[in-house]
Amino acid sequence: MSAVIENHHDDHHHGPAKGLKRWFYTTNHKDIGTLYLWFSFAMFLIGGAMAMIIRAELFQPGMQIVEPEFYNQMITLHGLIMIFGGVMPAFVGLANWLVPMMIGAPDMALPRMNNLSFWILPFAFFILLSSLFMEGGAPNFGWTFYAPLSTTYAPPSTTFFIFSVHIMGASSIMGSINVIVTIMNMRAPGMGLMKMPLFVWSWLITAYLLIAVMPVLAGAVTMMLMDIHFGTSFFNAAGGGDPVLFQHIFWFFGHPEVYIMILPAFGIVSHIIETFSRKQLFGYSSMVWAMLSIAILSFVVWAHHMFTVGMPLAAELFFMWSTMLIAVPTGVKVFNWIATMFRGSITFETPMLFACAFVVLFTLGGFSGLMLAITPADFQYHDTYFVVAHFHYVLVPGAIFSIMAAVYYWIPKWTGNMYDERLGKLHFWLSFVGVNVTFFPQHFIGLAGMPRRVPDYALQFADWNMVSTAGAFLFGFSQVFFLFIVIKTVVGGKKATAQVWEGARGLEWTVDSPAPYHTFTTPPKVS
Amino acid sequence: MSGGNYYVPDSSRYPIFAAVSLFLLVMGAGGTINGVANGSTVLYIGFATMAVTMFFWFRTVVQEHLAGLDSAQLKKSYVFGMAWFIFSEVMFFGAFFGALFYVRNFAVPWLAGEGEKGAPIAFVQEMGVDFWTGFQNTWPVIATPDAGDAYEMADKSMAFPGWSHVAEWLPLWNTIILLSSSVTVHFAHLGLKNGSRKAFNRWLGATVGLAVIFLGLQAAEYYEAYAHYGLTLNSGIYGSTFFMLTGFHGFHVFLGCCMLSVMLVRSVFFNHFETHDHFGFEAASWYWHFVDVVWVMLFFFVYII
Repeated sequence: MSAVIENHHDDHHHGPAKGLKRWFYTTNHKDIGTLYLWFSFAMFLIGGAMAMIIRAELFQPGMQIVEPEFYNQMITLHGLIMIFGGVMPAFVGLANWLVPMMIGAPDMALPRMNNLSFWILPFAFFILLSSLFMEGGAPNFGWTFYAPLSTTYAPPSTTFFIFSVHIMGASSIMGSINVIVTIMNMRAPGMGLMKMPLFVWSWLITAYLLIAVMPVLAGAVTMMLMDIHFGTSFFNAAGGGDPVLFQHIFWFFGHPEVYIMILPAFGIVSHIIETFSRKQLFGYSSMVWAMLSIAILSFVVWAHHMFTVGMPLAAELFFMWSTMLIAVPTGVKVFNWIATMFRGSITFETPMLFACAFVVLFTLGGFSGLMLAITPADFQYHDTYFVVAHFHYVLVPGAIFSIMAAVYYWIPKWTGNMYDERLGKLHFWLSFVGVNVTFFPQHFIGLAGMPRRVPDYALQFADWNMVSTAGAFLFGFSQVFFLFIVIKTVVGGKKATAQVWEGARGLEWTVDSPAPYHTFTTPPKVS
Repeated sequence: MSGGNYYVPDSSRYPIFAAVSLFLLVMGAGGTINGVANGSTVLYIGFATMAVTMFFWFRTVVQEHLAGLDSAQLKKSYVFGMAWFIFSEVMFFGAFFGALFYVRNFAVPWLAGEGEKGAPIAFVQEMGVDFWTGFQNTWPVIATPDAGDAYEMADKSMAFPGWSHVAEWLPLWNTIILLSSSVTVHFAHLGLKNGSRKAFNRWLGATVGLAVIFLGLQAAEYYEAYAHYGLTLNSGIYGSTFFMLTGFHGFHVFLGCCMLSVMLVRSVFFNHFETHDHFGFEAASWYWHFVDVVWVMLFFFVYII
């Protein structure tokens, strides 16, 4: 019998292994959660630096700083890194840290596979970033990599881009299988499905979406690879294929992907609003059903990204109405959050500030989404800065604010130290102002007709672009400040109690702060 | 629901070895395709390290099982894990089937000028401009819209050749073989449940044999296509969908065959698997039934209609 098995009993009495081995070989959900969170933070800063290059170029009309080719590589990598390297790993990191503690499980269901899911990611992004130094430069076709830009006209590094997407997908699928199995199989006795914390519910649904669509993305990039190197004609009309087919397959993945990046945020915000309103969450079961409806609807709305591509009228109408239907369950959630706050004894600590900003600004992003859902109107808005404003409103003050809220909310549980409340509030206000100054003017220039993904633009858009760039640098530097706050909290600070927040509910608040290396080795009883 | 102590493995070096192997594998594959020096060497090293890592990783899991470390609850994690993995595979094939349906129902008719969205092409053709004139909406697409040198023209497709030639139609034989192998693997399972290791080994051996025959016939069909039909990956959309769908299916048959062979070796040489405790085999047999179902879909949508 191998040493692996014999050591196992000692392990539970000891803390983590020492040195780098701890991080390379770990099977501990808290270690892996930490790895995911730091990785996503690094990617957030790298993707953010690319955004700064983009905004600096757009500060004034005319070509200022970078070549158009390089600009295209920046917009492509910025999108890919923020989505696959920033937001998604951050949510997986939160799931790793929180799901086992919230359901009273000793760890994730398949701990070794959990480690593999993480360690694939640094390699995948090393490949993606190394494409910048390859002949012909990095991928330059936008994060949506539409054919034929990504096939016939693509740089040679596209091959490596394709393989990096493949292994990112493998990582996501394994991670999601782990989350689903953990939730289905590892809940403490007495915790029925409808007693699960909402963050756990949101991740159960997210993991299902991931397992359903990441293989479709793998299929799409495989077809690209075959078209580029092996003579197939999936996306080539001359051979009987269709470039529009690429868009259909891509968005069949892409739209559920959008909800993958927002459903965990719904879970996080529900917990935070409940805690700081000191009331039970309003409408728990309707929250669950709303998330389920959103998830199911997400599979039948994909072509609203391609209204101008030339689809039959029936398809345009179907995708318009199905898209608008999503506003109903989303509205249920927004009203539930407001109803939870109604007559609560609210305090506005940093997590609550981020959560409130989330509710308002995400709703704003949702409304611009409704505008885009109207097919005839979309013919006007399509591929303009209005779209850029829309999806940045749902992703930055949506997904990313929720991640920041989660970090402030749970960091006392992770580190045992309280963050500095004054610095946290300052970070919030800088981010809040920065994000709105950056993205709100983009609605105006978009409606006025400025196309997205351009390094240069007509003179009439100059003023608002200048404002937007100023906001972007404010937001960007605020995140370096966030890094400082996080490090400061990890290093020291006021000791946190086990309960941490007065109104917090849930099993994770019953264990010490910082949470011991192993929690719930015997499951707690949930009544 | 959790009852007692769940086995949480100690830290392990296999996952990161697997991650490094995967990295070498894809860097090697990309390098080979792009013609980078030593690309294929890296690829082979990646394959080798991956195989070794997986061998030791699975060996550890089996040893843990034999040592009695996995509770009923842990077994359930493996069961759920395998089920969701197969679901992800279903969605992967879904992408290729989706492409096939889209091309057949929309792209090809429109390219031939049919329907509302084909009208612009029809109009251009009527104006006498040589814009894919003469392209017909037929399936299989033998003549591509652009009839230039870019495409290899196939003489024949893999579709049903008519009742007079049915006996030499390989896909039919492959269907019979693969369907029978699903039955034999089920008999193997029944044998195990009834406590007969002999029956289990024989039926499982028969299944692996059928799998190998299937792969051989599939290779023969590909040879036929390339050598005699002129049907290649480069023959336009029909060749693309045909080879990608059957190719990925064949690759999955190969994987399933490897899984079943491992189970056979475990049973014959190590006496693994108990009457009521044999999820390793069950997982492989689920996978086998899955590739069988995919084949039935393929036979129907790729070969028959």
